[in-house]
Amino acid sequence: MRRFYLSLVTIAIAGLVAATANTTFAAGKLTLYCSPQIEWCQLMVKEFEKSTGIKVAMTRKSSGETFAQIKAERRNPKGDVWWGGTGDPHLQAAEEGLTQEYKSPRLPELQDWARRQAEQSGFKTVGIYAGALGVGYNSELAAKHKVPAPKCWADLTKPAYKGHVQMANPNSSGTAYTTLATIVQVFGEEKGFEFMKGLHKNINQYTKSGSAPIKASARGETTIGIVFQHDAVTQAVKGFPIKIVSPCEGTGYEIGSVSIIKGGRNPESAKKWVDFALDPKIQTMAAQAKAYQVPSNSKATPPPQAPDLSQIKLIDYNFKKYGSSAERRRLLKKWDDDVSTLPR
Amino acid sequence: MNRPAALWLALGWGGFALLPWYGVEDGFWSLAWLFDYPAGADAAPALLQILLFGRWWLAPMVLPLAAPLLVLRRPRTDPLFSRVLLAAGAVGAVFFLGQGFLIGIGGWEYATLEGLFGPLGDRQFGMGYGALSVAAAFLFLFAQGLAARGAINGDGFVVGSIALVIALVAAFIFFPVVRILASAFQDNDYNFVPYLFVEKLFSHDIWGVGCLTANVNCGIAWNSLLMAILVAASTTVLGLAFALLATRTGFRAKRLLRLLSVLPIITPPFVIGLAIILLFGASGTVTQAIETITGTTPGRYIYGLPGIWLAQTLAFTPIAFLVLIGVVEGVSPSMEEASQTLRAGNWRTFTTVSLPLMRPGLANAFLVGFIESLADFGNPLVLGGNFDVLSTSIFFAIVGAQNDQGRAAVLAIILLAFTLTAFWAQHRWLGHKSYATVTGKGDAGLHVPLPRRVVWLAYGSALPWAGLTAVIYCMIMFGGFVELWGRDHSLTLRHYMDAFSITTGTGGLVWSGAAWNSFWTTIYISLISAPLTAAVGLLTAYLLIRQKFAGQQAFEFGTMLSFAIPGTVIGVGYILAFNVPPIELTGTGIILVICFIFRNMPVGVRAGIAAMTQIDKSLDEASLTLGASSFATVRKVVLPLLRPAVIAALVFSFVRAMTAISAVIFLVSANYDMATSYIIGRVENGDYGLSIAYSSVLIVVMVVVILLIQLVVGERRIGRREDMNVAFGAGGAVG
Repeated sequence: MRRFYLSLVTIAIAGLVAATANTTFAAGKLTLYCSPQIEWCQLMVKEFEKSTGIKVAMTRKSSGETFAQIKAERRNPKGDVWWGGTGDPHLQAAEEGLTQEYKSPRLPELQDWARRQAEQSGFKTVGIYAGALGVGYNSELAAKHKVPAPKCWADLTKPAYKGHVQMANPNSSGTAYTTLATIVQVFGEEKGFEFMKGLHKNINQYTKSGSAPIKASARGETTIGIVFQHDAVTQAVKGFPIKIVSPCEGTGYEIGSVSIIKGGRNPESAKKWVDFALDPKIQTMAAQAKAYQVPSNSKATPPPQAPDLSQIKLIDYNFKKYGSSAERRRLLKKWDDDVSTLPR
Repeated sequence: MNRPAALWLALGWGGFALLPWYGVEDGFWSLAWLFDYPAGADAAPALLQILLFGRWWLAPMVLPLAAPLLVLRRPRTDPLFSRVLLAAGAVGAVFFLGQGFLIGIGGWEYATLEGLFGPLGDRQFGMGYGALSVAAAFLFLFAQGLAARGAINGDGFVVGSIALVIALVAAFIFFPVVRILASAFQDNDYNFVPYLFVEKLFSHDIWGVGCLTANVNCGIAWNSLLMAILVAASTTVLGLAFALLATRTGFRAKRLLRLLSVLPIITPPFVIGLAIILLFGASGTVTQAIETITGTTPGRYIYGLPGIWLAQTLAFTPIAFLVLIGVVEGVSPSMEEASQTLRAGNWRTFTTVSLPLMRPGLANAFLVGFIESLADFGNPLVLGGNFDVLSTSIFFAIVGAQNDQGRAAVLAIILLAFTLTAFWAQHRWLGHKSYATVTGKGDAGLHVPLPRRVVWLAYGSALPWAGLTAVIYCMIMFGGFVELWGRDHSLTLRHYMDAFSITTGTGGLVWSGAAWNSFWTTIYISLISAPLTAAVGLLTAYLLIRQKFAGQQAFEFGTMLSFAIPGTVIGVGYILAFNVPPIELTGTGIILVICFIFRNMPVGVRAGIAAMTQIDKSLDEASLTLGASSFATVRKVVLPLLRPAVIAALVFSFVRAMTAISAVIFLVSANYDMATSYIIGRVENGDYGLSIAYSSVLIVVMVVVILLIQLVVGERRIGRREDMNVAFGAGGAVG
């Protein structure tokens, strides 16, 4: 019996001893939860380590996963700072008191929309980039099926588009929730839901993830996808026949944000990270990592492929109201009850 | 002196007085604590924690550690000996768990206690080596006490093993699962609101049957159930066909077939789905061909049940195959020969003797397919269309915009209920018949040739299937070498360079590829967890089949529990349970290893059970009668006969550790990133080329490891004549 357990233990030890953590004596430590694409995360970490000497331990997860993790870890937080990813869960985290208030000295340099969002969250999160919502379509497929290019939100409810439109399910995707909130703000609540019902008839699938519709469109699985425009740019840059439309009625936007996790172990390093993330030089580097959002620092240069926000009719998106969990629950429940149960 | 008891007691005292009580911050295996030892507050053993740092709540454990010292010299049969050991183990465990759960990182864990005793003014961290040793000591002292009283014929090994498995299952399956399922009764501010549970449980999107009459979606519970039954049935049939082909016919390309059938199991989750879209999607190759030939537009027919069914059948047939092959091999030729001697034809022999003897295997294969299908996440995500199932809904209830952990817990409970029912039905079906065919008696028969109908059926179902698998894998391998899969098919090595380049830098070789870090972690974690998983799984199977003890059924179900619960739920449950003391594991590699062991051990258990029901108990008894200990019996008699099950368990746990995703995604950390979570991140960003290149490398690695495992473990040798006819007379057997 002892030999049996002994051999078990030996196997375990023989393997694990090799993993002994090599302790580095650096200027400081920082545990980063990173939500954008991995290249961008790695670029940021490299630059941050170079400029501050702080050793970064980075984990990349999507913003929904990160938010779920921070929530689950709330009694004993393991992360210090959460960088990037849709602003929506950052705002939820701020509302639930999972993140820490911090006013970066760089705040005055930021664009209006970023300052406004920071104020609305009680300075518990701050925007690093913005991306407008839009419609992407596969031009080859549109020509094949003889579907006209959409110009406005209202076009999408026309019978010509039946079975051609894809959007994410607002219950699972922050992108789709932003769409729902945008429609409600553009058309007003009653007309907005009429629009969603009309759209529902044309939808071929509500995907789970927010950027899935444009990926499906790129591969010819659907003609039209309702997504963030920078996600559509990514597909177009890759070489897919994707065209981007900013709806004529005006459109909403997301603010990718950075938040300091409350109760983290290295708060000073976390603050340095936030200042660093708002640095115009650093924000300008985003294009190197194939990120095509508009940077939040007004001194930073947006990537040439980025959708030009000044050319897009942006609505005055109310982050405070539509980012609150009460309003979110109400709208999602209404969508669930009134729209998703309708036949197509 | 009683040696086992003394040994465990020594371990307890060592843990109490010598080893650092709390977990050391730099990780379980780091030796940095030596600098601070023994008088530092972080590295001090419990004894010094009490004396120097006033952690008085550790003091009561001295008593149960001291009491057994008094009876150590008494004979084992003395009732006092067993009573003291039992009491010491139980009291010690209660004190141990009590202090661990009542005093946490913020002092008292419960406000009522703070009200009673006032603020504690101190806190404690996760447990370390010392605490672990003491806990083990209490557990095994208790087991020794039980054995001394005569439980399970006074067999210390068996009682200790049962106690160990129960403790492990309680700590690493029940505890986290209860933590997360409790949230079914909570609102979003963690208040206890039971009516919410009822409301969520009976919501129309779970149980609605609108799809029968109108073009709306049916409830996700019905969808899942339908999907799981279809998939379990198809995988069992195909798995049986493959197993028969591989063992009972003269099919020439057996090895190739075996390899091909194992491929899907070693494929990272989303890849098959993606390949299916490229073949059957709205713009897929096959769909385009149909369009050109018939002039109709089939459109998005693959999305929904058809796609999931296809992908899951592809993915899970190998599991059924692995479960069944040992059983098919094990069916005794003597029985079949007896049947033939009694003038039964091939067909009659097959349907009335061979097939019924395979029932445990068929039932287990069906059960595993059913559970796998319910818990699968990647395929429904990619191919589900508007066909929502429980597993994806659970994932997005937790990480999605609605962020409703309670709903996830409710859905998980429904999923568990389905599994429970399947499990119960399987038990009913198998009944109490004996399926033992490997006995100590001479068994040197020849397998009867399969009836022709069965052979054709096996070929007819397995070969087209193998063909489809081959096509899909060729496509996948191809996808790693082209610029943009499905769009720009100019050849390139770019993706492999990005992921796996090695450059020569100042310090010699630099592993500069983006994938190396997660690649090595994955290999390393998988290699550690595979043998541990197999050991725990087979040990459990042995206890279940060969021993009789109270609560055996509950015990069996407990070991199946973690398999039945979707990975997302386990992942979040693990964070909730193991992020705070007493067991603080998040951010380490250990949490990944533990998660893999307990998620994958059910396959070891199932394979072990299926194989062990075939081995007659008289073999064990012969060994025991000849004076071998039960441990020696397991090692020298049972284990060699279990080789196919050992291989199945090792292969499966290794492979699953390399390809699992939904639980892992919550447990990876900066230092321990896993390949799948890295790949999923790349897929989210649409970098299919690199993802596929990485997946292809993983597939090759897994094939190599599987071959190595087979080489090391070797084949089971049952004293049967080598069947020359099968080897040379392929034509004769087939046609």
